[in-house]
Amino acid sequence: MKKTSQLVLIILLAGMVAVSGCNKKNRKAEGADMGDGVSASGTGTEFGPDGKPLGDWQDGSSGDMLSQTTILFAYDSSEMDSESQAIAEAHATFLRDNSSINVVLEGHADERGTREYNLALGERRAQSVADVFMALGVNALNIEIVSYGEENPVADGHDDSAWRLNRRVEIRYDR
Amino acid sequence: MNMKLMSMKKITALVLILSALMTAPAQAVLTIEITKGVDAGIPIAIVPFSWSGAAVAGDSMSNIIEADLTRSGRFESIPSTDFLQQPHTAKQVRFKDWRLIKADNLVVGSIEQSGADTYQVKFQLLDVFTGRTLTGYQYNVQSNKLRTVAHQISDIIYEKLTGEKGAFNTKVAYVTVERTNKGKRYLLQVADSDGFAPQTILDSHQPLMSPAWSPDAKKLAYVSFEKKRSMIYLQRLSDGKRENIASFKGINSAPAFSPDGTKLAFVSSKEGNTEIYVIDLRTRAIKRLTNHHGIDTEPSWLPDGRGLVFTSSRSGQPQVYQMNVDGTGVKRLTYTGNYNARPSISPNGKLMVMISRGNGRFHVAVLNLRNKEFTKLTDTRLDESPSFAPNGRMVLYATEQNNKGVLAAVSADGRVRQSLKFLQGDVREPAWSPYLRRQ
Repeated sequence: MKKTSQLVLIILLAGMVAVSGCNKKNRKAEGADMGDGVSASGTGTEFGPDGKPLGDWQDGSSGDMLSQTTILFAYDSSEMDSESQAIAEAHATFLRDNSSINVVLEGHADERGTREYNLALGERRAQSVADVFMALGVNALNIEIVSYGEENPVADGHDDSAWRLNRRVEIRYDR
Repeated sequence: MNMKLMSMKKITALVLILSALMTAPAQAVLTIEITKGVDAGIPIAIVPFSWSGAAVAGDSMSNIIEADLTRSGRFESIPSTDFLQQPHTAKQVRFKDWRLIKADNLVVGSIEQSGADTYQVKFQLLDVFTGRTLTGYQYNVQSNKLRTVAHQISDIIYEKLTGEKGAFNTKVAYVTVERTNKGKRYLLQVADSDGFAPQTILDSHQPLMSPAWSPDAKKLAYVSFEKKRSMIYLQRLSDGKRENIASFKGINSAPAFSPDGTKLAFVSSKEGNTEIYVIDLRTRAIKRLTNHHGIDTEPSWLPDGRGLVFTSSRSGQPQVYQMNVDGTGVKRLTYTGNYNARPSISPNGKLMVMISRGNGRFHVAVLNLRNKEFTKLTDTRLDESPSFAPNGRMVLYATEQNNKGVLAAVSADGRVRQSLKFLQGDVREPAWSPYLRRQ
C-alpha cells in the first residue's frame, strides 16, 4: 500500500514537472517580444498540484502535505512553525527518495520595510526550508535557493491579510 | 508642528501644461504636487520671456523656472496677473511697479531664434530695492536643450538668492511597474528632476530595483531579475551599453558607487550569508567587508569615501552601522526604535536619512550625525528608498498613496513636502542624480 502510494506520488510529481516544463516554454514564447529576460512572473500557484487527487488516494498525511507548496512565515522571521515544518519534511522525504528531481525554494517577504533588507530576508526563509531538506538527507545539489524579496507578491493589498500571504517560501518543481 | 505647517500652503505646480516644445510621452510624465510648504519664501516675480521663433513659447521657460523655485519651498512666486508691466530686459524695468507688488526680486528674459533650430536665451536677475542687476546670462542652444537651460537658470537664481547650490538641473532615476496582459512590466527610467523628459533605460518583465548613480552621472548600476534571480548590471546612459557586474550564487544586490567612482559596494550571499563586498571596477578584485551571521546589506558610502554605513540585523533587528572602508571599526549609529534601515548620508556628511519604523509605520527619518538628534520627516506608512538631492536640501523617497506607489520629496528640515505622481502604474525606487556637468 505504502509502495503503491509512493509510486503514484512519483508519477504525479513527475507529471507536474513535465507539464510545467511545457507551460514555461509557452510562456516564454508569449513574452518573447517584450525584450530581455522576459518570462512568467512566478507566483507558482498556477503550476502547483491542486492536492485533491492525492488527498483522495492517500490515507496518510504526507500526500496532503506534498500538495502544499507554500510555507508562510511570521513578520521579520525566518523560523518555521510546526505546520510549516511538517510541510517541509514531507517534501524533504519525497526529494530524498527521488534524487533525480530538483527543487527551487523561492523566498519572499511582505512589502513593509526596505527592499534590500527584504531580499535578504526572503533568502533566509528559503534557507530555513533548505536546512530542513538537507537535515533529512536531500542532496544540496538538488536544491536551488532564490529570493525575490518583496518584488513578487501573491496578494496585492496593503494590509495584514495580504502581508500574511506574501511572507512565504514557494517550493517549486517546475524550473 | 508638522500638522500646523501642513495646511499653510497647497500649490499644484503646473508642470503638465508647461509647453508643447517639451516632447514627452504623456503617460510617462510625473506630476508634482506640493503637499506641504512654508509661506515665508523669498518673494520673486518671473516675467514671461519674450520670444520669437516657431517652436518656442517664452512663457514655457518662465513657467519651468517658476515651478522649480516654488518646488524648493524657499520662494514665493508672485502671480503674473499682479504684474503692472511686462519687461524683458533690465532697461525696460520700472522698479517702483515691482516694489508696489512687493517683489523683492525680478527675473526678465528673452528667447530669440538665431538659426534653423538654435535659440538665443538671455535672462537677468534684478534686485528690486536697489535696482541692481544681480546676475545675467546668455545661452545659444538647440530647441531640445531649452528645458535644460531653464533648469540651469533656476540653479543660478537659487544660488544667487539663497547662497546654496541649486539642484534643478539634475536627473532622477526610478522604476515603474505596469500591469499588462502579459504580466507585470518594469521600466527603469531617467527623467529631469521635475519629472519631465523620461527616458527608458531598461524594459523587463522581471523585477528591477536599487538603481544607483555613478558620481559622474554617466552610468547607473541596478539589480535586475531578468535571469530569474537578482544580478547587478552596470549601464552607460549615453548608448545603453551594459555589463553584468555580479552574478554570484545567491543574492546580488544593493550596488553603491564609491564617491570617486572607482569602486562599487554591493551585497552578495555567495559565501552563504548576506555580506557586503566592494569590487574594484578596473581590476574586478573583490573584497569582503562584513562577516557576521546576521543580515548585512544596503551599503552607502560616506562622502569622503573612507567608510560606509549599512543595515545590519546583528543586534536582532535591523539597525544602521558604520564601518571603515576595509571593514574595520564597526559601530552602531541608530538607537531610536527597533527598525532603522537603508541609510544614506548627505553630501556634506552631517545628516543621515533612513527608513525607520514607529507605531507600525515605516517613514523617512533623519539623524544628525553631530548631535545625534533623530527626527521623523514623514508620517506616511510604507516609505522606502530615501536619497538626497546633490545639494542636500531635499530627500526623494518612495511611498504608497491610494494603493499606488508614488515618489515624494521632503526637505531635509521637514518643512516642505511634495509628491510626484505617475499617471498610470506604480513608481518606486527613486535615486537622485549627482550634479551634471554643464552642457
